[in-house]
Amino acid sequence: MTTLPSQQAVTVAPKKKGGPSTSGILLTALTYLLAFLFFFPLLWMALAAFKTEAQAFAVPPVFAFTPITENFQNALPAYGVALRNSLIAAIGSTVLAFVLGLPAAFALAVYPTKRSKGVLTWMLSTKFMPAVGVIVPLYLLFRDLGLLDTWWGLIIMYTTMNLPLVVWMMHSYMTEIPQAIYEAARVDGANVAKEFFGIALPLSLPGISATALLAIIFAWNEVFFALNLTTTDAAPLSVFISTFKTSRGLFWAQMSAAAVLTVLPVLIFGWIAQRQLVRGLSFGAVK
Amino acid sequence: MTAVPISATAPKPKGGFKITPSVMIWPAMLYLILTTQVPFFMTIYYSFFRYNLVEPDRRPFIGFSNYLGLLTDSDNLKVLLNSMILTAGTLVLTLILGGGLALLLNRTFPGRGFVRSVLMSSFLIMPLVTAVVFKNMLLNPVFGFFSWLVKSLGGTPIDFLSAYPMATIIGMVTWEWTPFAMLILLTGLQSLPDDQIEAARLDGASPLQEFRYVVLPHWTQALEVVVLLETINVLQVFGEIYASTSGGPGVATTNLPYFIYQKAFAEYNIGVASAAGVITVILTNILAIFLLRMISKNVSPGGH
Repeated sequence: MTTLPSQQAVTVAPKKKGGPSTSGILLTALTYLLAFLFFFPLLWMALAAFKTEAQAFAVPPVFAFTPITENFQNALPAYGVALRNSLIAAIGSTVLAFVLGLPAAFALAVYPTKRSKGVLTWMLSTKFMPAVGVIVPLYLLFRDLGLLDTWWGLIIMYTTMNLPLVVWMMHSYMTEIPQAIYEAARVDGANVAKEFFGIALPLSLPGISATALLAIIFAWNEVFFALNLTTTDAAPLSVFISTFKTSRGLFWAQMSAAAVLTVLPVLIFGWIAQRQLVRGLSFGAVK
Repeated sequence: MTAVPISATAPKPKGGFKITPSVMIWPAMLYLILTTQVPFFMTIYYSFFRYNLVEPDRRPFIGFSNYLGLLTDSDNLKVLLNSMILTAGTLVLTLILGGGLALLLNRTFPGRGFVRSVLMSSFLIMPLVTAVVFKNMLLNPVFGFFSWLVKSLGGTPIDFLSAYPMATIIGMVTWEWTPFAMLILLTGLQSLPDDQIEAARLDGASPLQEFRYVVLPHWTQALEVVVLLETINVLQVFGEIYASTSGGPGVATTNLPYFIYQKAFAEYNIGVASAAGVITVILTNILAIFLLRMISKNVSPGGH
């Protein structure tokens, strides 16, 4: 992968300057072996997607086969609808989380008051509200408001899920913009809105894209709200995948194809954003 | 993608109404209050009633009876215990595996970035995909790959999910969360200054001493982050259980989220589900308080 940031590779102290030692080679081999073992379930799934149904659950397992693309074609119709719903829920909630979160992150980062730390901590604390602690009233409320099985229902909940992440990540990026830039703008007569749109947003674009990737990944993979708040019309990919939860019919190859199509976008996003992933996953506590 | 949030932010009130920093904080705060605090107070309210959606009009106030029922029934206590076992088991395993992998990756070797990408993959997988693939393709007692592996190694094929349900769930969740521990711990290792390691080596420290006296103290913060964030997230595991065991056999793999799901959406028992929800939130927040204390030490709003 090209995603490894080159400056990170350099920070590790090499044990020996001359060629790699025997123990070094062994450790590297062990690392590769473990990586293979960890990846194996996904590899096995990906292979099955290209097998015939008979090959997919053959005993003993089939390792050499002629790949087919039929499974993907069969999975596509149902997948397409779920994909559309997932995209709308993930992107819609990410946009809404940014609309609400960016101004807050800016105000907390550039105009900190005594209460700012408390506000930030409180926002993070909403992440510790398990979904099961709010699902019952939300379900009843959504039922009465006609939001069950709609895109808006999912967008509302995924925004709740991602808003603290957006505020924390963007706060962390925006505090890195030097105050001197704002001061210079103020001398030129910039108001708060100009500072926000003219300085903070353009300068934190890399942070915005990294945070957006993370928010989309989390919304994409979400299961609990999706299962409880949607049934058919707005059902995202997670609900689609859950239809394969019983082994009935044993459509393993088709299931694998659907699973590959479901996880591939997130895998690629995650590999791209892996450096920011750590910062986002730990809410900036580990950089 | 990056352009979207900006243009979406543009139509903010401008004329006449002056944008001040505190006005900018309120939309986010109000949203979170409306979608988390308000429903949670409603959950607390419902938890004091005998309230079943099958009989929506009969809703007598019963005080703490739902809580008492939950905390005295042995099956329900098993659910609480399951949540703890799942969380603790996963935590121990992911720390050992993730820590080991982080140490292995904290070296320069060809293809390191590639290996790291491969190793982090399982964390990015949708929990339902994990469960469905493990249950059907890997753990199936007749056709599953692992069963075949056991058989070809001379063992008897195992129906993992009914013979060792909780251990199997822990295995699955560990597979998913090991990359999280690995990534955080690796980042922790990489912030260790080289000169500290070199100084320790010059002083003739053995690898074990080096780990005990240099690496471990430096790792503390990353370890705390892993322990607390993982605890809070694994307490909420739902999709893996929903799609693999449905909480069974019996209640062997039912944790709090799955229990609440069953009470609310299969039995329509809003009162009991709400009380269990409140218990889950209290449990989670007791743990979260530690996390907040720790993280707030490292945050200074507006600090440069």
